[in-house]
Amino acid sequence: MKIIKQASAGTMESSDAYVEIEPRDNGLDIHIESVVEQQFGEKIEATVREVLAEFDLNDAEVRIVDRGALECVIRARVETAIQRGGGEV
Amino acid sequence: MSKLVKSIKEVVELVGLKDGMTVSFHHHLRNGDYVLNMVMAEIAAKGLRDINVNASSLFDTHAPILEHISNGVVTGIAADYIGAGVGRAISEGILEKPVQFYTHGGRASSISLGRTPIDVAFIAAPTSDPMGNCSGKYGKSACGSLGYAFADAMYAKKVVVITDNLVPYPLTDFSISEDYIDYVVEVDAIGNPKGIVSGTTKITRDPVGLVMAAHAAKVIEASGLLKDGFSFQTGAGGASLAAAKFLKDIMVEKQIQGSFGLGGITGYMVDMLKAGCFRTLMDVQCFDLTAVESLRENPNHQEISALQYASPSCKSAVVDSLDVVILGATEIDTDFNVNVHTDSNGYIMGGSGGHSDTAAGAKLSMIIAPMFRARLPIVTESVTCVSTPGQTVDVLVTQGGIAVNPRRKELADNLKSAGLPIIDINELKEKTERITGSPKKLNRGDRVVAEVIGREGNLCDKIYSVSKK
Amino acid sequence: MRRSLLFLPGNNPNMLINAGYLGSDAVIFDLEDAVSPAEKDAARILVRNTMRYMQLDCEKIVRINSVDTAYWKADIDAILPEKPSLLLLPKASSPEDVIQVASYMDEVEEKLGYANGSVGIMPLIETALGVENAYAIAVSSSRVKALFLGAEDLTADIQCKRTKEGREIEYARTRLVVAARAAGVDVYDTPFTDVNDDEGIVVDAKLAKSFGFTGKASISPRHVEVINSVFSPTLAEIKYAYDVIEAIETAKKQGKGAISLNGKMIDAPIVARAERTIAMAEALGIERRDDCE
Repeated sequence: MKIIKQASAGTMESSDAYVEIEPRDNGLDIHIESVVEQQFGEKIEATVREVLAEFDLNDAEVRIVDRGALECVIRARVETAIQRGGGEV
Repeated sequence: MSKLVKSIKEVVELVGLKDGMTVSFHHHLRNGDYVLNMVMAEIAAKGLRDINVNASSLFDTHAPILEHISNGVVTGIAADYIGAGVGRAISEGILEKPVQFYTHGGRASSISLGRTPIDVAFIAAPTSDPMGNCSGKYGKSACGSLGYAFADAMYAKKVVVITDNLVPYPLTDFSISEDYIDYVVEVDAIGNPKGIVSGTTKITRDPVGLVMAAHAAKVIEASGLLKDGFSFQTGAGGASLAAAKFLKDIMVEKQIQGSFGLGGITGYMVDMLKAGCFRTLMDVQCFDLTAVESLRENPNHQEISALQYASPSCKSAVVDSLDVVILGATEIDTDFNVNVHTDSNGYIMGGSGGHSDTAAGAKLSMIIAPMFRARLPIVTESVTCVSTPGQTVDVLVTQGGIAVNPRRKELADNLKSAGLPIIDINELKEKTERITGSPKKLNRGDRVVAEVIGREGNLCDKIYSVSKK
Repeated sequence: MRRSLLFLPGNNPNMLINAGYLGSDAVIFDLEDAVSPAEKDAARILVRNTMRYMQLDCEKIVRINSVDTAYWKADIDAILPEKPSLLLLPKASSPEDVIQVASYMDEVEEKLGYANGSVGIMPLIETALGVENAYAIAVSSSRVKALFLGAEDLTADIQCKRTKEGREIEYARTRLVVAARAAGVDVYDTPFTDVNDDEGIVVDAKLAKSFGFTGKASISPRHVEVINSVFSPTLAEIKYAYDVIEAIETAKKQGKGAISLNGKMIDAPIVARAERTIAMAEALGIERRDDCE
């Protein structure tokens, strides 16, 4: 899959995450801002990369504002953003 | 003789304040308080340095104190509670000497024993007469009880009453009496009524909070303590208030008449008094207008001092007769030690207040907290800061189960036979981490920014600076 | 055992992740009314993930979108693999509505390699036509495990005001209970919607139980405990159930044909009810006590 347009998913509510995704030419660029950055920053990035890999996405810019979302919620929001911004190659 | 002084500026001269001295304040005006800032501004203007501030609590409204710290006017702080605004700066290391955190009972006790002597106490009084008989029940800035100010008034070398409602001598229904007071100053306003007490404190609508509250009420019911003569304290947090409401329903239905409700008093405790759940309210601080009005009107609603409330060195304190207290936590570890001083990133945003005092005194001390907040598990291997030692904490109520301190086996048995979902605290920790993942430990800074003093005057724990990335 | 069914909005992480702790026997993840059209995709994925990754100690039901929308097939595609116990099908007005969904579920189950019929359907009856077709709907597919009354949309459809007392839905209530029982399936009552009326919910839940409903839905966790307690057997009912079973056993031993208890004849429906009551009491851990009225 390829990101063909800018898209977002999720909210800034507590326990949720807001994800924006944009087309990019070379590689992944992931920005994470989180209220639990110290405790879970690395895990969040790993989760995001996993979901991107599931969709075989190698080029995208992803920005996440995390409000303490559980992993299953982050996965859902990233997947929704991908579905909304993506198209087949 | 006249004790009336025209201005705070003048009284700062008269009391003989010098570099290095200690001034004290109480926090019944909470986030609406003007007095601490007004007094400290005059102290700074006079060019004094190296002043110690002993305040029962500091709120965000007291942020100007940070400038006095930066300028060297204030070099020492003792408090029972510091809000997030001032707390953040402390955690970032603005003050060289560690803040001394006391408990409400421990602060009063230390003052009375002369361990923390006060040179000048400033008492924000919503009503006073010219000789200093004063009260919090009347006036536009009414805050109800003046409980935390009594020890300051009784033991400080000089005592100044600052009021915005000067009434003719004598004020009949006084709380603190003229025999302790040196000077009285009238000002336009001692505080902003909006920040002093809230109109109403509300029960939580958060579903998880309600589930925990229902569990909490059932724990109390099953503990064996809920019978005639029952006594109770709860915090003003949403889930704690909901627990009080559920408890009231049980008490009314079973026609149980308790002896007293204690603590910071809210409208919900007043409702329980009116419904016959208690004979008396023992009130060290009012949280809302309903509580203020009740203290003024209802003879069964009694103001008490912090000494009587919780001092471990008094001949007796009310907490020693307390059956059940409901408390909060930002973290609790598998030994039941509780942190209420710092937030999840290590910043100071609270303090013990009466937490440790009531936990130590009550027959059943209960913590209510959700299994996790913003992905952070409530149960940790070891808390960032021990505010209240685990030996004094009996039970943790979460939405995902109730953990009983292993020291209280008979309590665990009672709760189990009442059909409550009991869970080992280590299991609860694992169960939570299966949901959240296990958090990486915080990096802490290398400087001690605060010392937590236990109620007996012992060093309980140290709080470290927050390392900024 | 399904006394209480709690609706949770499908796109609200804070509610979903706590679904297992709110005390209800079943939760209904809502992809329909609680989710705006622009967020249908997000809610579907969020609910799917919640079911996949969270261990929830309660039964999971999902309200999909109705067959007159563009969403219902995608809902089933996403949700069925997570094996909910039931799909709540809104605006079920005719047997055809159910059959259409059931046959699509057949397809998806086959693709997944799941046993046919592993997930049930609970038609949500909330139109005048649906009420009139209640029995036909209940027997339209072996997937139908229960009927569910939705009074808000129904009262709009029959053009009357929804009241707390609920006189306007009395006919629909009795009709649904009779239809469901005739078809041999369970039947659930509409939520009581004033979340701040603590007395009203008690009255409404008792009323529903008196009509014969199996349980009751709720839109607020505050109502769950009341519903659970109203729909649990009382101590007196439990005692009576045990008495019935004992009377039967005694009669069997004595070789009697007709059995009576306290002067009343005991027949098969009474025995069946006693057995259900005892099973429920055992599931709830309520022990028999003889000192109750």
